[in-house]
Amino acid sequence: MGTVLLQLNNIRQTYGEQVVIHDLSLTLQKGDIGCLLGPSGCGKTTALRCIAGFEPVSAGEILLNGVCVSSADFLVLPEQRRIGMVFQDYALFPHLDVAANIGFGLHRLTRVECERRVDELLQVVQLTNVSKKYPHELSGGQQQRVALARALAPKPELLLLDEPFSNLDVSLRERLSMEVREILKDQGITAILVTHDQAEAFAIADEIGVMHQGEIQQWDTAFNLYHRPVNRFVANFVGQGVFLPGRVINAQQIEIELGILTGEISQLCDSGCKVDVLVRPDDIVYDDASPLQATVIHKAFRGAEILYTLRLVNGAKVIALVPSHHNHVIGEKIGIKLETDHIVAFHRSTQ
Amino acid sequence: MTIWRLVPFITAALVLAPVGVVVSSFFAPASDIWQHLFETTLPLLLINTLWLALGVIVGTALLGISLAWFTAVYEFPGRRFFSWALLLPLAIPAYVTAFVALGLFDFTGPIQTTLRTWLDNDLSWFPDIRSRAGVIIVMTLAFYPYVYLLARNAFLSQGKRSLEVAQSLGFNRKQGFFKVVLPMARPWIAGGIMLVLMETLADFGTVAVFNYNTFTTAIYKVWFSMFSLHAASQLASLLIVIVFVVIVLEQQFRSRMRYAENKRTERAQRIQLTGWHNWLVTGFVLCVLFLAFLLPVTQLCFWAIQSFTPDYDVTRYLEFLWHSLSLSGLAALLICLVVITIVYASRRYPGSVMRYAVRTATIGYALPGTVLAIGVYVPLTWLDGQLSELALRWFQIETGQLIQGTLITMLIAYLIRFMAVSHYPIDGAMQRITHSIDEAALSLGLSGWAMIREVHVPILKSGIFTAATLVFVDVMKEMPITLMTRPFGWDTLAVRIFEMTSEGQWEQAALPAVTLVLAGLIPIFLFMRQTEK
Repeated sequence: MGTVLLQLNNIRQTYGEQVVIHDLSLTLQKGDIGCLLGPSGCGKTTALRCIAGFEPVSAGEILLNGVCVSSADFLVLPEQRRIGMVFQDYALFPHLDVAANIGFGLHRLTRVECERRVDELLQVVQLTNVSKKYPHELSGGQQQRVALARALAPKPELLLLDEPFSNLDVSLRERLSMEVREILKDQGITAILVTHDQAEAFAIADEIGVMHQGEIQQWDTAFNLYHRPVNRFVANFVGQGVFLPGRVINAQQIEIELGILTGEISQLCDSGCKVDVLVRPDDIVYDDASPLQATVIHKAFRGAEILYTLRLVNGAKVIALVPSHHNHVIGEKIGIKLETDHIVAFHRSTQ
Repeated sequence: MTIWRLVPFITAALVLAPVGVVVSSFFAPASDIWQHLFETTLPLLLINTLWLALGVIVGTALLGISLAWFTAVYEFPGRRFFSWALLLPLAIPAYVTAFVALGLFDFTGPIQTTLRTWLDNDLSWFPDIRSRAGVIIVMTLAFYPYVYLLARNAFLSQGKRSLEVAQSLGFNRKQGFFKVVLPMARPWIAGGIMLVLMETLADFGTVAVFNYNTFTTAIYKVWFSMFSLHAASQLASLLIVIVFVVIVLEQQFRSRMRYAENKRTERAQRIQLTGWHNWLVTGFVLCVLFLAFLLPVTQLCFWAIQSFTPDYDVTRYLEFLWHSLSLSGLAALLICLVVITIVYASRRYPGSVMRYAVRTATIGYALPGTVLAIGVYVPLTWLDGQLSELALRWFQIETGQLIQGTLITMLIAYLIRFMAVSHYPIDGAMQRITHSIDEAALSLGLSGWAMIREVHVPILKSGIFTAATLVFVDVMKEMPITLMTRPFGWDTLAVRIFEMTSEGQWEQAALPAVTLVLAGLIPIFLFMRQTEK
């Protein structure tokens, strides 16, 4: 375990009457990359702006290196926090060339030092050949890297990235997010990213907080968010899947229409109680020999796999990810079986 | 081959012709009057124009930028109201602000009179309003909204954001403003200043009221007092050179604005001002609004009521009003029709030659009215002579003047000057009719006039309406062209204001001025409604 760099203790932020952040806490270790993931309007960007110091908090406190930088009656100015930021629209200076944009925050260094640092960063983001160009002459991906280099130049304690890839093509997004992760890890930068795109969050972050209605629902690794969601919102928001009604038999088993599931149950209740069981596409395995039959009602070809939407005998629908050589037409019946080692189930009454 | 495709070229030639006429007069042999002017008044004209331009640039930049910054980024009492109210001075023609200022602050004006009764007569310390500083202050108050509007646009789209970037890189707010926000807004601010400069160079009414000699007043005097159209034309050629430099600069800044454009507008929270800062900013903004709008309008209304005695000649006023309205209506109709044709032609036959033609056709707004009046008058007089000679030779008819003394001269000059004003909204509306919209209409079986009626007209309607309103109001306020080329007896409200103010009869000028201010408010409300959407 490293040292804690950033800590948010029960912060609350209001905009007029409207409560944007309800009660938000998180802890980020030095060198880690965190992510706030959530639908638009969940307060994630506001949280980021609070950390940067652009917005005050109305309750709670933000600690940076153990020192309070924001509380209800106290605010360290953004320029004194040593926090870098990559803005969603990059906000590059159109009147300055790439090198001058990157060197903009180095006003405390001498000219020689400044030039050396700019050269270093141009190499890090691989833009040495366009250093004399102006932002409007660059592609979206290049602009994004200039914005990153500009924020990294003054060696900030913490880097904030506000939807950094949302203005890019989908194909570019994936490549750049991996590149950015490599750069951040290489430079040992602690960072927080805000996004609504889970693929982006999974690609770049060590730990992810799923946000909803101004609160973090779950702060965890990508694996756990997918396989061990703590509530229905997280289960729905992260990944695909459907809920099927079931009944608890004992501590290890739940009966659903597809049969009896055996495994560790996430949210236990007495035997006989009614639950909704989360069934992910990868929980359903194609098996010709299986007695359990389902009708194909929709198919989406994905290359290596086909995503089938299937109807069970009683009308409930599930989705299944099947290797793409098992090609079936709509209306056909195929055999499936369930494969789970961990069961995600929520009481019928809970959210 | 359709004839209308030539309209952009014809209008471009129409814009270039007066420029050519005026410039070529510079190379004509110098007359005695010119010799005399060159030795006596020309240096003064240059110095006066230079100081005026410099003073108004500095004044409007300071006012425009500070007001734009406060209303775009901060929150203070009345901010919402002030942010649009600060545009209101655009409704008052500068020459109206000018005569109100004179009437108020002159030796015989209410302010000095009151002070004298309070302070035992000695008012020698009181600054003379009839001075260079007086003109500069009046024009600054009249023209600052151009800078304000453009700078505010820049600040709203990127002001707070760029301040945040600067802060995230370790600069405080003050450093951020000067190092980031101002440089980034430079193209907009410069664009606004160039508009101010054009207005200042073109202004005739304000400097005439103040008796402050610049090129425009000199041109008028040489023509109408010394009766030398030739010398006036030579003066105009010098003014045109200065204006040309401004046009080139303005086009430069405009092209730079294009890439700096930042599409995303932030819903960003404003910075709340507190304590005495709060009241300082509110006080400052209120002070500007008071001096530039509330005070002149109040005084005008006061005078207008005073002038409205039982023996007030209402029919004369109605005659001026009718002249103004009918002239403006005619001009708006003509100009909109021409501009619609231009816009269609450039859409149907795109290309770089067409683009240059349209650009040339819309550059006339930079030409001062005095210059245009001469540039249009001279060739038309020549044409008139040719026509009547032809008529005499071929048909043995004594025609007399065919064009001179009709509205044609005036309308052509208006067309040249105000095409740009209507081109912007109509072209903007036309941009929304993409080629795929046409294709969609065609694929649904609409073509030709049916397509224009069912698809184009509804889309263009509001743009044309805006254009017509803008031209209408601008023509109503226009002074030098109307004054110099009107047919005998065709006095408009603006002409009436000129005549009454040159005799110092402020009350008599008040009612026409109030009418112009009311008309001037229309485009501002239109603009507000549009931006609120």
